[in-house]
Amino acid sequence: MERRTATLIEPRLLLRALGQSLRKLSPVSLWRNPVMLAVELGALVTTVFIGIDAARGNGVGFVLQVSIWLWFTVIFANFAEALAEAQGSARAESLRKSRHDLVARVLREDGSTEPVPATKLRKDDVILLKDGEVIAGDGEVIEGTSLVDESAITGESAPVIREAGGDRSGVTGGSRVLSGSIKVRITANPGETFLDNMIKMVESARRHKTPNEIALEILLIGLTVLFIVVVVTLPAFAGYMGVSTTVPILISLLVCLMPTTIGGLLPAIGIAGTDRLLQHNIIALSGRAIEAAGDVDVVLLDKTGTITLGNRMATELIPATGATREETIEAAMLSSLSDETPEGRSIVVLCKNELGIKGRDIRAPEGAVFVPFSAQTRMSGIDASGRRIRKGSVDAVRAWVESAGGAFSDDLVRRVEALAAQGDTPLVIADGPRLIGVIRLKDVLKQGIKARLSQLRQLGIKSVMITGDNPLTAASIAAEAGLDDFAAQARPEVKLEMIRKYQADGHLLAMIGDGTNDAPALAQADVAVAMNAGTQAAREAANMIDLDSNPTKLLDIVEVGKQILITRGALTTFSIANDVSKYFAIVPAIFTAVYPRLGFLNVMHLTNPSSAVLAAVVFNAIIIPMLIPIALRGVRFRTTSVSALLRLNLLVYGVGGLLLPFLGIKLLDLLIVWLHLA
Amino acid sequence: MWQALYVAIWLSALLGLAVPLGRYMARVFSGERVFLTRILRPLEKLVHRLCGVDETREMTAREYGSSVVVFTLASLVLLFLLQALQRLLPLNPQCLAGVHWHTAINTAISFVTNTNWQSYGGEYTMSYFTQMLGLAVQNFVSAGVGIAAFLAMVRGFIRKETGTIGNFWSDMTRSIVYVLLPLSFVFALFLASQGVVQTLRPSTTVQTLEGTNQTIAVGPAASQIAIKQLGSNGGGFFNANSAHPFENPNWVSNFLELLAILLIPVALVFTLGHMLRNPKQGRALFYAMAVLFLLGLGIALASELAGNPALRQLGVENGSNLAGKETRFGIVNSVLWGQSTTCTSNGSVNSMHDAASPVTGLVYMFNMGIGEAIFGGVGVGLMTMLFYVVLTMFIAGLMIGRTPEFLGKKLGPFEMVMAVIGVLLPPVVLLIGAALAVLLPSARASLANPTAHGLSEILYAYLSAAGNNGSAFAGLNADTPFYNLTLGLTMLVGRFATILPGLAIAGALARKKRVPSSIATFPTTGILFVVMLVSVIIIVGALTYFPMFTLGPVLEHVTLTGGGAL
Repeated sequence: MERRTATLIEPRLLLRALGQSLRKLSPVSLWRNPVMLAVELGALVTTVFIGIDAARGNGVGFVLQVSIWLWFTVIFANFAEALAEAQGSARAESLRKSRHDLVARVLREDGSTEPVPATKLRKDDVILLKDGEVIAGDGEVIEGTSLVDESAITGESAPVIREAGGDRSGVTGGSRVLSGSIKVRITANPGETFLDNMIKMVESARRHKTPNEIALEILLIGLTVLFIVVVVTLPAFAGYMGVSTTVPILISLLVCLMPTTIGGLLPAIGIAGTDRLLQHNIIALSGRAIEAAGDVDVVLLDKTGTITLGNRMATELIPATGATREETIEAAMLSSLSDETPEGRSIVVLCKNELGIKGRDIRAPEGAVFVPFSAQTRMSGIDASGRRIRKGSVDAVRAWVESAGGAFSDDLVRRVEALAAQGDTPLVIADGPRLIGVIRLKDVLKQGIKARLSQLRQLGIKSVMITGDNPLTAASIAAEAGLDDFAAQARPEVKLEMIRKYQADGHLLAMIGDGTNDAPALAQADVAVAMNAGTQAAREAANMIDLDSNPTKLLDIVEVGKQILITRGALTTFSIANDVSKYFAIVPAIFTAVYPRLGFLNVMHLTNPSSAVLAAVVFNAIIIPMLIPIALRGVRFRTTSVSALLRLNLLVYGVGGLLLPFLGIKLLDLLIVWLHLA
Repeated sequence: MWQALYVAIWLSALLGLAVPLGRYMARVFSGERVFLTRILRPLEKLVHRLCGVDETREMTAREYGSSVVVFTLASLVLLFLLQALQRLLPLNPQCLAGVHWHTAINTAISFVTNTNWQSYGGEYTMSYFTQMLGLAVQNFVSAGVGIAAFLAMVRGFIRKETGTIGNFWSDMTRSIVYVLLPLSFVFALFLASQGVVQTLRPSTTVQTLEGTNQTIAVGPAASQIAIKQLGSNGGGFFNANSAHPFENPNWVSNFLELLAILLIPVALVFTLGHMLRNPKQGRALFYAMAVLFLLGLGIALASELAGNPALRQLGVENGSNLAGKETRFGIVNSVLWGQSTTCTSNGSVNSMHDAASPVTGLVYMFNMGIGEAIFGGVGVGLMTMLFYVVLTMFIAGLMIGRTPEFLGKKLGPFEMVMAVIGVLLPPVVLLIGAALAVLLPSARASLANPTAHGLSEILYAYLSAAGNNGSAFAGLNADTPFYNLTLGLTMLVGRFATILPGLAIAGALARKKRVPSSIATFPTTGILFVVMLVSVIIIVGALTYFPMFTLGPVLEHVTLTGGGAL
């Protein structure tokens, strides 16, 4: 599948983000980020001290540099957020363009049509579409069938069928009708389409914080308050010991201690997460749902279309006693030649394979009469050259054979039962009263589904299959695909019951649905993904929409959810671990003038107090832009045991966060002295 | 390495007692029958009837918290009145006058918050009546409140989808009747057998060999010392606390009084494991605490055994630091006591911490500064530890890509607010208090040593108050209105900023569902959890106190090792 990717360093985006980051300096907009607001206040006070020092006739070089770097600290943090937003809106805009300047033919009550611009389409307007036209808005097919190219929206090049009624009636604005004429009822007012939702979502990732973000922010604010008290009381203790302190140095210490790294990058992480889902062609309608995805421990999967290809395929021909293999193949093929159902076609393919005549066209004999499947007979077949070949379920064929004067052999009954016990569907073939053989129909698993399910299991996620099949069939497929649980003979309301049952046990559930009857279950599930091709009801009940309508996407969603949380945790750990080195840089700088013996704390051997403080402040500022790529891309997520994952992240971001700044501050100190800045 | 051997023997004895006691308490607090039920159940019922307690009535976190606050404030007022009016009350053979108002307020707060900071000298300030009916009673009930609050917090993790976390009155009664009273009873008898005084007679005056008169204070000490050790109280009957021969006569009494400091705090960790039906969890928390305990003990022992370098330069052989220590106990017993008492918020002393080496002082201050989470005060210590666990699990949860949880309970913004208050509010208040003390000239006048050591003395006082510890660095005359009131306030914050957030977390968690654990759940019983928890505690402590400790004990240490006087 091809994915739209936006490179991180696109000059246009960088420029836009830069402009935004200056605009975000306004305290009104920084109010939402208390840690950075505190830094800005610090920067402001330090700036005032440039004037005070200048008026006193002191040198201002040091204070000037400190205040510049404090301002940069805020700007860098704003830049991270602005860049994440710019990426998201760029993606949204490129989608929005696909719908620009469209004119729809709206059907009026008198039957006439009237051209209306896409932006003026209202809910419940009915538009007419024919070959080659672009669909002007989100809607539902109410008449006709057509082949639709959704590549503009989903990036998926294979066209899809959209037809009135059923679960494949949803169409998306921006997709193109390749063939067929359809009537579409518009389901969203201007500004409420999925594109608009998505743009809103990108913006709301900033406005509505998720509970987890709020909890983390509380921790950061708590630490900030603690460090403010530590720094504010420091002059009292220092003064008592005869050490004088200056406001700019105290503010430098404070800003270095405050968790500015994570505080600055936190908003960007959430926005970037939403954006990453978009790269997977999934629109998350709430940030909360993305986080919940990281926690999901049970997924409900529909059998058809998700686990299996959806159609049973013939996999084996078993001759009855007294019939030869060739006879069986011939009868099976004859009975299915005109059978256009997927099962019928798969029988023909199997027979051709058995005979080794792949690809050659085989026709029914002259004068043959095809007997289609009917609800009464529950059989299909062919009458040709005096033969009356039928295939169908065991009971139906048994009745047919017996009415024609034949007898059902015990041997055959046993074979049929054995097949059913393995979860397969047996079709019996008979020619008049004579039994010929059995066709084994099997549900075929989708390619790669086993691997995906085992990946889910490694993440601690149980997969549960929902199917209308009988328990035997369901159990067999569950065993083959490696599912943890299944619900057989499930009516639509069973899904809802199952979700409630799992939730009552404390599980978090994800499900993918498309049909109208999925809507209640989708509304109940913690992570509810509706397929874009699904019905309007399903899409409204869901909190994520999968534009590709690919049910195996759940794994991607879970990974993105986990990535967001891991990135937050990793950068928080890094930010707090950084503080240790900053103490070792600044505290000796404050005290050694009076107490040279405390110089042993200057483990980095920084050149002088000014260079030490500056190095710490500069490191604190530039680490933010240096970590922007991690914040936007997310910390890599590996499918390993949680302990191994935690150990790795602790090592990289905890121990790394402890040690790296010692090196960084030392290098900056050397650089600052080399440039004669302090 | 006989020192290490002694510590090992003492630790084994401690575990030998604490493990069964932990199991016993788990049974008691789960309402199961124990061997003492037959004897104590009638007593428990009697208390309930007398106080009108309906033990089946469940309380919400808010009700539980209000009960704790009301009970504590009522005790405070009562204790204040007892002191103020002791002249008019019986059992005052020394005819001691009413206690100063600010001393009385400080003492009342100190004893109801289980701190037992004493800005007065016991034997010449408090009448027997005040000591027995006021202080000794508070020694029991303040410890009972701590255990009750801890029980309520544990129920938050055990219960699911309910609004209630137990009944405060019944929890407190049960912890006193089934745990504190029987243990104190046995221990007091034992102490008396070793020579700890227990009498209502007034002080005796004897003529010494030099012909001068000496007043020898006596009193009902044994009964109070038993509970002071067991209940993390620490308030001595005599001013010299457990360095006084009538409180701690010999090495046997010393060994057992040492055990008593840690007995219930350690046992409660195992109780937690049993109550959670997850003994491994209890053990994991024990290991984390034990690592921090032994780390501090090792540093302090090394520092004390190395002795004062200034003395070594003067040619003193074997210059272990014996200053301020009872020679009958020696270095190991003194440091072991100091480490135990500062870790558990007990606060009783058998040596003068003021005279310990600066590094040892730093260890003691760190123990208190992190909020007494290393075993800690009965009940409340474990609550503080659970706050750290919440913080740890928040970070750990994020780093494995799950919204954070502990013991199957999701940790959201509310739990985070409460854990942050529990961990950070006491340091914030104590730093402000200590800063005021060094700023105000009147407060600075209380200092005997206005140096780095003086700074340590002030810091120690506020750390001790915030940790509800009660031990003192001496050298600081804290019986002034400023210190009595600011330290009193700090003690109240230290107490309520632990209990109330803990109860709030319990209430919130009890309402939540329990998430079943899977392979995606971070195992909180393994070594990684222990390492992470220990790191979080050390880092939070270090980040909070780095500048102050640098100016206090660290500066004193480098000055000392540098050889010059400051």
